[in-house]
Amino acid sequence: MSSSEQIASTSFKAPDSSRLQLNEQGKLRHFLTTDGLSAAVLTEIMDVAESFSSVSDQAVKKVPLLRGKTIVNLFFENSTRTRTTFDLAAKRLSADVINLNIATSAAAKGESILDTIRNLEAMQADMFVIRHADSGAAHFIARHVAPHVSVINAGDGRHAHPTQAMLDMFTIRQVKGDVRGLKVAIIGDVLHSRVARSQIHALNTLGAEEVRVIAPKTLLPSNTNALGAHVYGDLASGLADIDVIIMLRLQRERMRGALLPSEHEYFECFGLTEKKLAYAKPDVMVMHPGPINRGIEMDAAVADGPHSVILQQVTNGIAVRMAVMALCMGHNAAGKQG
Amino acid sequence: MKIIINNGRLIDPANGVDGIYTLCIADGKIQQIADSAVDFSADKVIDASGKLVLPGFIDLNASLREPGYEQKASIKSETRAAVAAGYTTLCCLPNTKPVLDTPAVVQLILDKAELAGYAKVLPLGALTEALAGQTLSEMYALKKAGCVALSQAPNSNISNQVLRRALQYASSHDILAVLKPEDLQIKDDGVVHDGAISSRLGLPGIPVSAETVAIAQIIELAEETGARVHLTGVSSARAVRMIARAKFTNARISADVHAHQLHLSELDVGTFDANYHTSPPLRTAEDRDALVAGVAKGVFSVSSGHRPHDVEAKQAPFVATESGISSLETVLPLMLELVDDGVLTLVQMVERLSAGPAKILALDLGQLAVQATADICIVDPNASWLVNSDSWLSRGHNSPFFGCQMKGAVSHTLVNGHLVFEK
Repeated sequence: MSSSEQIASTSFKAPDSSRLQLNEQGKLRHFLTTDGLSAAVLTEIMDVAESFSSVSDQAVKKVPLLRGKTIVNLFFENSTRTRTTFDLAAKRLSADVINLNIATSAAAKGESILDTIRNLEAMQADMFVIRHADSGAAHFIARHVAPHVSVINAGDGRHAHPTQAMLDMFTIRQVKGDVRGLKVAIIGDVLHSRVARSQIHALNTLGAEEVRVIAPKTLLPSNTNALGAHVYGDLASGLADIDVIIMLRLQRERMRGALLPSEHEYFECFGLTEKKLAYAKPDVMVMHPGPINRGIEMDAAVADGPHSVILQQVTNGIAVRMAVMALCMGHNAAGKQG
Repeated sequence: MKIIINNGRLIDPANGVDGIYTLCIADGKIQQIADSAVDFSADKVIDASGKLVLPGFIDLNASLREPGYEQKASIKSETRAAVAAGYTTLCCLPNTKPVLDTPAVVQLILDKAELAGYAKVLPLGALTEALAGQTLSEMYALKKAGCVALSQAPNSNISNQVLRRALQYASSHDILAVLKPEDLQIKDDGVVHDGAISSRLGLPGIPVSAETVAIAQIIELAEETGARVHLTGVSSARAVRMIARAKFTNARISADVHAHQLHLSELDVGTFDANYHTSPPLRTAEDRDALVAGVAKGVFSVSSGHRPHDVEAKQAPFVATESGISSLETVLPLMLELVDDGVLTLVQMVERLSAGPAKILALDLGQLAVQATADICIVDPNASWLVNSDSWLSRGHNSPFFGCQMKGAVSHTLVNGHLVFEK
C-alpha cells in the first residue's frame, strides 16, 4: 500500500472492526459492537436466544454447552445487574465462572490491562466478559488476546454495549414480531450512552424504518446523523407516529457538569408521562435499560404501565447473553478442542 | 573538511535561486556557488546529479525527551533521525524532566546535542516556571543561555492574565513566544476531533472552538503587548482564516502546522487506532485541505510535531494512550507528495521547511548564499523506501505510516559544513 492510498482513505475503517469480530467463515468470534455486523449475524443471535429462553423455564435451568470452559467476568467498572446476568448466563451454559472486580484490585496497584489479561490467560481462561470505563477497551483487549480466547464487550465507556442492544432488539421482535418497518425513538443522554450507540446501529442494520433521538443538544453527539439517527428537540414532534420508545438512563452527575439546569426542568421537557405517551402510536412499547430514575426519566405510571416491557428486557438479558457466549465459543476453532 | 557538491539542482527560496550549480564548502561555510569550482581542492566530491540541494530543514516543534524521558528517546537518537530526514536544526520543547526552565538544563541539552554531533538543537525554554502557568520564568537568563524562544508547548495551561504579562515581559526582551493554541476548558477530556468519529466511537471530542477561542485571545494579547508570537500546531479551517487575517495586520504573528495534519483526517482513527491519537487532533478532510491551502499561501511554515513514544505509551484503550506521532522521518516524503499532487511548488515546500522557520526564529540560517552557514541536505526526490523498523531511526516507532511506501529520501546532510549523514 502506498502512502497516498492510505492518505486518500475517507471511509470508516468498519471492516477492521468486522474482521476483529468475525472468524474466517464470517461467524461471530468476539462480540464488541453491533457496528459493522450484518443483519444475518444479529438475527442469528436472536434466533439462538429464542431457543435458550425456554431453558430458564425448566426445573433444571442448565444446558451442558460450555461444560469445562472458563469464563472470566472482568469488570473494571462497577456493575451489579449486567454482571449478574452474565454470571447467570454462563452458569446456565455449565461454564466455570470467575468474577473479578478490577476496579478494586489489580488496577489500583498499577498493573496494566495487558498484564491482567496475560495473567488470566495463563490460568486457561476461554472467554473474557469485559466492562471498562474507557471507550475502545474491549477492542484493545480483543486485539491482544490469545487466538483461542473470545472477548465479549459488557460496556466500554460511551462506545458500545452490544448485548444490551441485542436484548432490546430481541424484546422488540418478541412484542412487535419484527424490527423491520418500525419507527423507534431514543430519549435522553445519547452523548454519554454506549447503549444508544449500539441500539442505533442494530436498529438500522435490522431494517427499522426510522431511528430518532430526542434530547437537548448538550446530551447529543456533535454528529448524530453520522450515527444514523434523526434529531428531535421535543417529545411532541419526536414521538409522532412512533412504535417503540427507548428511554436512556440519566446520570445525576450530568447536572453538575453544566449539561442540564435541573432534574425538574429535564423531566418537564423530556420525562415520559402518560400524557406525552399519547403523542406516539396507541400500541407503542416503552423500554428502559434500567435502573430507572422514577420522576426524572419517566413517571412510575409509565414504567409500570401496560406499554412497559422493562421487566421482560431483564428476563431476555439472560437468554441473549447465553446466545452470544455460545455462538462466540462455538465459532472459535481453537476453543472447540478443549 | 572541504566538500564540493556537483551537478545538483540548488533551490534557495530565500535568495530566489533555482538551478544547477556547484557548491564549494570549507570552514563551515559555503565558499562558492558557480557553474564549476574555481581553484578549490576538495577532500570529498559529492555528485548530486538528479538530486535536489536544499537548505537544511529547521523544525519549529520537536520533542527530544531528554532529559527525563529517555525510555522514549534521547537527544542522540532523535538528532540522528533528524539529519537522516534532512533536518539540520531542531527546536525542542521545554516539557522535559526537569522542565527546561533554568540555564542549567539549557546547557545540558546544548552539550548533549554537541556531543551527539548530528543536528543543531535550539531549546525552547519554558515561558513559565515548571510550565505551571503561574510564575514567569527567568526569560532573560534563558535567552542568554541559548534559548531561541520560550514556550508553554506542548501544553497551554496558562490563564489569560499570566499570558498577557508573560507576553509583555517577553516583548521587553524581544523574546519570541511559541504558543500552542488550545483552550483546556473547552478541550476538557477530549481526545479526538468532535465530529463523526467521536460521535461514532463514543470518544470524548475536542471542538474546533478549543483552538479558535484560544487563537482569538492570543491574537488580541499579541496585538496589545506588541510581543512576537508564534502559534504552533494549527489544525482547523476556521483557524486558517483567523491567522491569515491576523498576519495581514500584525507582522509579529506567525504560525506552523505539523506535516501529518496536511495528510490525515479524523476518519483515519478508524477503530481506535492509537497511532492516530494526536494533539491537536486530526480534524475533517475540509480542515486538512484548508491547512494545505494555508501552507501554499504562506500562512504557515511546516513543523514535524515530532513526539517519539515507547511502546507502552500506545498500549492501552485509546483515551488512556499518549498523544503524538514520531514524525521527523516522514515530513519530507509527505511534503514531496503535496508537490507531486500539484498543490504546492517545490520552492514553496523548501521555503516552508527552511527559510520560513529561520525567519520566524530570526536566525541567519535556511539559505544557501556564499558565506552562509553550510547547513545543507541533498534529496533524491524519486528514491522509494518502505517505512518499517529496519528503515527507521527514531527510537519512537509510533508512526501510522509504518508499512507505507514513501517517495523521497535524503542522501547527504551537512551541518556546519560537516557531513553528518550519508546514505
